[in-house]
This record gives sequence, structure tokens and C-alpha cells, in this order.
Amino acid sequence: MQSDNPVIRVRDLVVGFGDTVVLDRVSLDVFRGEILGLVGGSGSGKSVLLRTIIGLLQKREGFIEILGADIDRMDFEERRAIERRCGVLFQHGALFSSLTVLENVQFPMREYLNISRGFMDDVARAKLDMVGLSARDAKKYPSELSGGMTKRAALARALALDPEIVFLDEPTSGLDPIAASDFDALIRTLQQTLGLTVFMVTHDLASLANICDRIAALANGRIVAAGSLATMKASADPWVHAYFSGRKEPRVLNTNSMQPS
Amino acid sequence: MKSELLKSVDDGDKSKLKASGAWTADRAHELDAIVQDFAVDRAITRTSEIDATGIEALDTFGARTLDRLVRTSATQKGQALLLGLPSRFSDLFNRVSQAADKPLEVAEGGWSLGGGIDAIRRTITRIGCGFSDFLAMLGEIGSASFRVALKPRSFRLTSFVSQLDRVAWQAVPIILLITFLIGCIIAQQGFFHFRKFGADEYVVDMVGILILREIGVLIVAIMVAGRSGSSYTAELGSMKMREEIDALRTMGLDPVEILVLPRVIALIIALPILDFLGSMAALYGSGLTAWIYGNMSPEIFIARLKDAISITHFKVGIIKAPFMALAIGVVACAEGFAVKGSAESLGRQTTSSVVKSIFLVIVLDGLFAIFFASIGM
Repeated sequence: MQSDNPVIRVRDLVVGFGDTVVLDRVSLDVFRGEILGLVGGSGSGKSVLLRTIIGLLQKREGFIEILGADIDRMDFEERRAIERRCGVLFQHGALFSSLTVLENVQFPMREYLNISRGFMDDVARAKLDMVGLSARDAKKYPSELSGGMTKRAALARALALDPEIVFLDEPTSGLDPIAASDFDALIRTLQQTLGLTVFMVTHDLASLANICDRIAALANGRIVAAGSLATMKASADPWVHAYFSGRKEPRVLNTNSMQPS
Repeated sequence: MKSELLKSVDDGDKSKLKASGAWTADRAHELDAIVQDFAVDRAITRTSEIDATGIEALDTFGARTLDRLVRTSATQKGQALLLGLPSRFSDLFNRVSQAADKPLEVAEGGWSLGGGIDAIRRTITRIGCGFSDFLAMLGEIGSASFRVALKPRSFRLTSFVSQLDRVAWQAVPIILLITFLIGCIIAQQGFFHFRKFGADEYVVDMVGILILREIGVLIVAIMVAGRSGSSYTAELGSMKMREEIDALRTMGLDPVEILVLPRVIALIIALPILDFLGSMAALYGSGLTAWIYGNMSPEIFIARLKDAISITHFKVGIIKAPFMALAIGVVACAEGFAVKGSAESLGRQTTSSVVKSIFLVIVLDGLFAIFFASIGM
């Protein structure tokens, strides 16, 4: 599944705001066709790393390469071409509130592709169906959607141009465990059918265990461990150890220990 | 077929299509053209086989096109067969094809009589709802002020003072400037036209009465509706969008009492003050114009003004101010609470708040004119 040349290559990345350094020499590879889960405590800079890679934040030092192109040495056209091959699912969906769900999905198509209305409707409906939204949902406005539907609609928009890489910022946050595991399964299915590379920031242990091929852990501004779930569980880093083999999991999942006190 | 993505091959009695290359979003325009040509070109619709062996890359756009080709020919005589689609694309193709099987919801048709009547009905209902929202807000403000009157300590003094600072104190410079200019313009126009009849002196009467009774309060009320009414709607609307108002309700607090009452009362107090200041600025402006443009010395202007106006004229203007303030405040807050989730809705309600409150101010002014005329003021 993994090839030797990564689709995203981050080297010695330093990002900070004012006096605080959020990311301190972070290096990370994402390989074609894998689902990479990025974990880290709240405020550890996961979203900052994601936003820096997609170009929403400026880096101080370091080197980022997406699909073989150095993002510092791109002119406007190249940058547009790369952005077109990436889709982003924002944490709160970031659907345009004045457009219906269908129009939201069509928005990138309308901007980038010169195609007829009928074809656009067709493809957008197919995408919405793939993420599990019905034709009736397609006519709704974002304010009329539930949390899970918002995430699905936002995923459909992220996939609108059939990107090669999809960035997901906490895709399952705010969903109940059943909806979250449905959404995980959806990401897995889409990743397989469309051949996507997925870069996912998450807090959800279940997503990490079920769908991530590889996990990277961010703590104190650095990647402290990267590898499969087994590697993470065996890691000596105290934060990673607490996260993956912490006391939280058995207490939640083991009903026998719930003795009345 | 012109496109290199799809070529037609004549193979004896059967016509075949050969698909090749990258069927991806990058070439969506070509794919779109293929389907459209295909639907038009009757010769092609006899196709019985589509050979997909040559497809090198396929995404949703390509898969949907392929699916449409198969379907278009299938609806004609004979069923087209899709052959040799590389197995790595079959999952995607099947998934897209399956999505297209789902029935569409009934699409909205064009204009129809029923639809037109329905649109009129909805507009009328919306206007009715707007009116009942206004009345409801007025009632809620009434009951909230009654409650506060019984328990004066529950009045939000801090909020009231800060609103008063915003709508009265901070509005003073712009109100003074605008009314000063309006006063100058009215006086200049008066002198220009009255001079033809040799009626220069009556300009002072006109200016005095017009400004004190009508123009002062109207200009100030319209300015306040645009300046403070719109900001009330936008503030309350964005609080509504972010569920802050729901949060207040769940804490057992009344948003009308906490948010609306201090704002409306601040407006009711601010408008008469601004009206007074504005009228004075307008009189000052017209006096200045009389001196410079009309060659009327300030002493004569003031003496003439004393004769021309009485305290009644001033009262007529200032009595209207609190009522106009109430109308502006109620409309602004009712529109703010009517904001729904989207950014567009916030913009629409803010516009409608300004338009409605200016309209109401003018209607109120007309009603007051009738009222004062009938009681002889």
C-alpha cells in the first residue's frame, strides 16, 4: 500500500505565534493511499500543523512538500492546481450558510470546472449519495442539518473535485459513538473506492484503532511517536503511553468495574 | 466523436465505442461534452458495446459519465454493454451507478398559477408575521418594563449606561454635523426662492417652524434608525445565531429584560436629547447662512425667531421623539430575534430592520401631524 515517495513531506517545521512556538521542528511523512491519524492533547498544535500544511498559516522555518511540489516555490497557478487536488473537511463543517447542501457541493465544481448544470447536478448527487445524504437533504440549508449530517455534507464538499488528498480536522468530534463509527466506516469506504490519501486529526481512539493505517502523536511541539497502533501502545513516551494504554479505556469499557460506591 | 477520450469503432454490424485515457475531473468539460454529443447524435445511440479497457484513470466524474453513456444507450433499442473496465475501477463505478439508481425527489417545476398564488400567499403571511412579531416584541417589552418597575433593582443599569453612551453620546458629533448642514441648506433655499417675492424675513419663520416641528426630529430619527437600529439587529441576531439567547433562556433569565429593555430605554432617552441638540445645530446653521448668504444680521435673526416660534413648536417636535425611539427599538430588536442560522439571514433582517423602522418613523410623523392639527397645537 505504501510507496516510497510520500505525498506529503514535512521537514523541520517550526510554527509559532508571537513568543510561543507551537510546532518545534516537526517532521512527518504521509504516504499515498494511507489513512494517517494525528493525535495530540488539546492545544498541542494538531490543527496548527494541518492548517500550516494546507497553507492557512505561515511557517517560520522548515519545508513542506505536497504531491511532490515545494509549497514555497509555487506560483499562483501551481498553488491553485495543488489546492484543487486537496480537499479539506473543517472541524465545524464550514459549509456556506447561504447555499443549500447541493450548492455547497457544487461550489468548487462551479469555480474550477467548465461543465453543464445537469452534469454538475448529477455528480453532486452521486457524491451526496456516497456520503449517505438523500436527495431531500440536498435541498436543505446548513442551519437545518444535524451535526452528523453537517459533517457528511462537508465531506461531500471536500470530495467535490475528486481530490487525491483529504484533510480531516476532527471528523468525529461532536458525534455520538454510533454516528462516529458510521462516519469512520464511511471514510474507510470512500478512501478505498476513490483511492484517497487521508490526513486526519482526531481525538477518537475508536477511529484510530478502526481505520487509521498509521498514527502520529504530537506532544510538546514534536512528533513523539509514529507507526501502527501496536507501535503506539509500545511507545515509551509518557504522553503516548498515557493516551493509548491509559487508565481511561478499561474503566469506560469494562462494566464489571462499575461497582456502586 | 471528436474527443480522444471516446472513439467510435465500426466493427461490422455492431457499432462499438472505445473509451481511453484519463476520465477525471481535470477533463470534466470534455466528459460533459461527450455525454451531450452522445445524447444528440442518433447514430451513436445504436451503440451496443462500450470498451473501457483503455481507461487509465477514473474518478467520480468519469464514472458518472460512463454510467450515463451506458444508460443513454440502454434507453434506446438494445442494451449497451460495458466491457473490460479495469477491475481497480469497478468498485467506484458500481457505487456511482448505484447512486444514480436512487429516484430523484420531484424537481420544482417552472412558474405555475398555483405556485404564483402560493408565493403571494407566503409574502402576505410573512408581512403578517412581521407585524405580529412587532406586536409581540412590544408586548414583551411592556411586560418586562412592568416587572422591572415592580422590582427596580433588577434593571440592568450597567448595560443601560453603556448603551446610552453608544446611542447618545457617540452619536452627537455626526448628528450635529448632519443637522447643521440641513439647517444651512434649508435657509439657503429659503432665501434663494423667497427673495423673488421680497419675503426674505419669512425665511426665519419657515426655518424655525420646519426645524423644530418636523425636520429636526425626522432627520435625527432616521439617522438613529440607520446607526443604532441596525447595530441592535446585528448584535441580537448574531447572539441568536450563536445560541447565546437560548443560553440566557435556559438559565431562567428573560432575554427581553436583559438585552432588549436597556437598549430600548437608552434609545427612548437618547432620541429627545439628540433631537434637541440637532434642532439647535440646524437653527445655528440656518442663522449662519442667513448672516453670510442672506445678509441678515444675527441680532435680527434671533429677534425674528423669537417672534416666529413659540414653545409649542418645540414641544410638538420633542414629544414625537420618544415614540419614534420606541418604534425603532422595537423593530430593531424584533428583527434581531427573527434571525435564523445563516449569515444571509442576518443581513436580510438588518436591512429589513432599517427599512421598517424608517418607514414607521415617517408613518408615526404623519399620524402625529394629524393629531396635533386636530388638537390645535
